Amino acid sequence: MVAQNIAFGIIAVIMVVGALRVVTVNNVVHAALWLVLVLAGAAAQYILLAAEFVAVTQVLVYIGAVMVLFLFGTMLTRAQLGKEKQLNNPTWYFGIPASLLLLGVMILALTSSFGDEKLPTDSELVSTQAISDQIFGPYLLPFWALSFVLLAAVIGAIVLARKD
Amino acid sequence: MYALLSSIPYWGQTILRLLGGSVAVLLPAGTIVYLFLFKMMSFMQSRLGPMEAGPYGSMQLFAEVGKWLQKEDLMPERADKFVFKIAPLVVLSSTFLLVVVVPFGPDAWITNFEAGVFYALAVSSVSVLGILMAGWSSANKYSLLGGLRAAGQLIAYELPMILAVVGVVIQAGSMNLQNIVVAQNAGSIFGWDGVGNPYLLTQFIGFIIFMIAVQAELTQTPFDMPIAESELVSGYMTEYSGFRFLIFFIGEFATAGVFAFIASVLFLGGWGVPFSWFGWTGINDVDNWMNVGGPLIMLTKMLGLVFIIMWVRFSYPRFREDQLQRFAWKILIPVSLVNIVATSVLKVAF
Repeated sequence: MVAQNIAFGIIAVIMVVGALRVVTVNNVVHAALWLVLVLAGAAAQYILLAAEFVAVTQVLVYIGAVMVLFLFGTMLTRAQLGKEKQLNNPTWYFGIPASLLLLGVMILALTSSFGDEKLPTDSELVSTQAISDQIFGPYLLPFWALSFVLLAAVIGAIVLARKD
Repeated sequence: MYALLSSIPYWGQTILRLLGGSVAVLLPAGTIVYLFLFKMMSFMQSRLGPMEAGPYGSMQLFAEVGKWLQKEDLMPERADKFVFKIAPLVVLSSTFLLVVVVPFGPDAWITNFEAGVFYALAVSSVSVLGILMAGWSSANKYSLLGGLRAAGQLIAYELPMILAVVGVVIQAGSMNLQNIVVAQNAGSIFGWDGVGNPYLLTQFIGFIIFMIAVQAELTQTPFDMPIAESELVSGYMTEYSGFRFLIFFIGEFATAGVFAFIASVLFLGGWGVPFSWFGWTGINDVDNWMNVGGPLIMLTKMLGLVFIIMWVRFSYPRFREDQLQRFAWKILIPVSLVNIVATSVLKVAF
């Protein structure tokens, strides 16, 4: 478990630095690339937790699709090279209490639901079959509800993009 | 089966796997460039191709690499230096990440990832990032256009590729590439096990869709809008020279080789021979010599598939952007969805 802890520490430091750079760097594309680093770090953390399906999904969805579309969109519209002035929102300091509040809620939720419980030292690999058995068994209804949300988003995109 | 593996210490296995992975990326790249790009293309165009360096020009590759290494490292003045430098490495690292899950024999794998197919499809999309980075950081309109075209195309063709693989996963009942190989070679067609049960036969539609999507993912003609030399010079690669261009070049052909490896695992039975030939029943009976024979079988199948990719590349004219998108969204994706439904119905029926 020691090796995992060290790896967790290194990846966590990289993620925190990356996350800070996302909001402080003054170039849109650079910010997006730092965000890629943060998301890749999250995937690496999932691997450390032996949750390979979630890790691969993280790479496929967030790096392979969301970030590519992000970069695609910014490059198509406004992606200057070099530094850009006034990239920061003038009311950025309102974000500080919001993020502190979020941190507090997260800490409260984690400590109240797990308490002193520790991760198993030899966490067992969660197989993809086990996850799919869960999704298509007890969690079928939430899964359907989620797919309706996605369907609504798709229909909304078509309505917005249609010319006539 | 694990007798050979367990006699080597862990660090030894790690070194062997790193070496094997590098060979599995670089050897196909070199072979493909010499055999297909230099020689086959020349013969199809009624010329000899490189003949001076070594017998039949077989040393031409070394000459080319030497030439690229000597070239000046040019960089546009207004380019975003760091992103410009790192972009080719992102593209090449996606290739190395991809080869990690390909099994070459009963013990000759680099990692036996449980969700192997899924992982391969996920990391193959990382190369799009590198291409977008290269296109944007070059400070050049042609490069940016090329990068955007590449991103649009790769997003569109990733979907049919994933959907084509789903049919294979349903039939094999596993996402592990090793299990998919075993399922094909230990299988039988209506009780006859002379050739196993390669999914080329049952998943023929999936195979065709997969190969078309691979062609598009590799941006080989007829899907080479992103690097269309007659309109975009060479797209996102325009500003690259010397060693950085070489990395892009190796990445392109190494990825072709690795995708062909994955296709041969998914549809052609991978490293295995039909198990009934030698009386094996499962992976634990497979003899040790398959660890040497397996990679050779994989290499042969890979060259066969890359031959098809290159044959198409040298034969067809380029798609227009709208034709390319329409082909993916209106033909390939519906057909692969129908394929998934048919496969799952037949899987339950039999």
